[in-house]
Amino acid sequence: MSGTLRTVIVRLSQAIPVILGVVVVSFVLTRALPGDPAVYFAGMAADENSIAETRTALGLDKPMAQQFLVYAGDVLAGDLGQSLSTGQPVLQDLMTRLPASLELTLTALVLSCLIAIPLGILAATRPGSVADHLCRVLVTAGVSLPTFFTGVVLIYVFYYLLGVAPSPVGRLDFIYIEPDRITGFYLIDAALVGDWETWGAAAKQLILPAITLSLFTLAPLARMTRAAMLSALSSDYIRTARAAGLTESKVLYAYAFRNALLPVVTTLGMVFSFTLGANVLVEKVFAWPGIGSYAVEALVVSDYAAVQGFVLAMALLFVALNLIIDLTYTLIDPRIGFETR
Amino acid sequence: MTDLSSPSPRLNQDGALAHVAYVLRSNPVTLLAFCMFAVLLVMALFGPYLVPHDPLVSNAAQALQPPSLVHWFGTDNLGRDVFSRVVVAARLDLAISVAAVALSFAIGSVLGSIAGYWGGWLDTVLNRVFDTIMAFPLFVLAMGIVAALGNTVENIVYATAVINIPFYARLVRAEVNIRRNAGFAQAAKLAGNSDLRVLAFHIFPNALPPMMVQVSLNLGWAILNAAGLSFIGLGVRPPTAEWGIMVAEGANFIVSGEWWLAIFPGLSLMFAVFTFNLLGDGLRDIVDPRQRS
Repeated sequence: MSGTLRTVIVRLSQAIPVILGVVVVSFVLTRALPGDPAVYFAGMAADENSIAETRTALGLDKPMAQQFLVYAGDVLAGDLGQSLSTGQPVLQDLMTRLPASLELTLTALVLSCLIAIPLGILAATRPGSVADHLCRVLVTAGVSLPTFFTGVVLIYVFYYLLGVAPSPVGRLDFIYIEPDRITGFYLIDAALVGDWETWGAAAKQLILPAITLSLFTLAPLARMTRAAMLSALSSDYIRTARAAGLTESKVLYAYAFRNALLPVVTTLGMVFSFTLGANVLVEKVFAWPGIGSYAVEALVVSDYAAVQGFVLAMALLFVALNLIIDLTYTLIDPRIGFETR
Repeated sequence: MTDLSSPSPRLNQDGALAHVAYVLRSNPVTLLAFCMFAVLLVMALFGPYLVPHDPLVSNAAQALQPPSLVHWFGTDNLGRDVFSRVVVAARLDLAISVAAVALSFAIGSVLGSIAGYWGGWLDTVLNRVFDTIMAFPLFVLAMGIVAALGNTVENIVYATAVINIPFYARLVRAEVNIRRNAGFAQAAKLAGNSDLRVLAFHIFPNALPPMMVQVSLNLGWAILNAAGLSFIGLGVRPPTAEWGIMVAEGANFIVSGEWWLAIFPGLSLMFAVFTFNLLGDGLRDIVDPRQRS
């Protein structure tokens, strides 16, 4: 157990330089604005005085190194600046909108795992079958699909032509009242208070954007599952297991799949990077009130503090997720240790 | 690959050509990809001279017409011909992605070669920088860069280039690093070549085949990235014809059933990305038959 603990600590300490790097990059981005950053951060309607005020508030009159320390201190304290368009602290804005994005992203990821992993296994165990061809088509098409375009097509087909999907206007139709905020996830909140009508309405709104996102993430997951299963199935221990007369399902799931799971989990981390980016596009298509559409709205009105806060928050979220994934399989797989590298 | 000595350069070339011909014959999909690429090239190079209508001239009387013989892809809300706009947009979309990929190819090659050949603290520093770039969700980083540098098309190119550099640099670094002390490199040094010369003319060319595959796969991704950025309103400004912004404009009309505004530019985007992905797979078969999937 102490070995595992050490591994965990080593992995945690490896994240520190990355986080530092992320903060440096986002500092450079906030200071790289052409001209005087104070003018940008003060907003369109600023006069001489408020620009000077902003300059002092941001510490722009101090030397660069000191500015960085101030900035890093602010980030550490959770101060990402004020949003010009909402007038609220950026962090607060992001926190109110984060559950919407997470609900969408996680639903999409679960959905694509539920489809991609069985499909990949089927394709690997039955080469040349319908599942194998379907897998190949999905993998090739999936990487060529622009997410925002898939979303538009799905809206056209399921909303306009078939009329089965609700209009793409965000998380809930206007006729429903949003559930009291407990976790911020509508599905969980509505279920907690037992309001199944709202739950159904929220789920209906969620389906199309979640499918759009999951179509995008299906391809790498299915491809990786197929490849990992193929290599696991051709290994010696599978031959031994078969020779020992174990049942096919035992061989497949207890031996091959458990070993194939590791690369799949690794791919999941990479897929998350894509998903967080694609989230922005999908949220714009479906008017989903998450942090992605917050950033897009902020971009349109040149609300720089909000955009940079969003970029930083996404990067930190991504680093945290990768950390969790790494730690998860350190705990799952005893062979992985960082000391030996 | 090329570091294997061959009896004569001519024979080697014939062998390579024969191999290309063999791959194309046995894999018609790759041939198809080359044909699709040719279509894209024609659209990009001669598009403005071929289209039946001016892509920027609006005609309110002809607004929102469904596809017909006069307007093959219909007209948009200002009465502009969608077909002409889709064809003309190919040049801008390809130009952005080719420029971005060329930039990251050049910068990635230089940085990767330096890191792979000399190693040491430079290698460590560069690796840290690449790690940091990769720690961002890449599309989000591109958004941040464009927001910081200013909302122009050039900055879309720079942003797309920056997020692609780590892939090239890592590839070159690995290829250079394994050949750093190879026999042919040492022989070249003994013959009196400087480090820089050995690196540039003897070692680096070996990294080119895998780099070409990477370029092709990357082009599709770069187009998607650039179109995504313009979809959310960065870079390209209306009334410029560009696939991403056309899908964005068309998305407003999709709920009322005017599908042709968004579908055709979206399909062209898919066509382009699909072409580059197929081309990349095909090139990989030609360059490195072992990696065939």
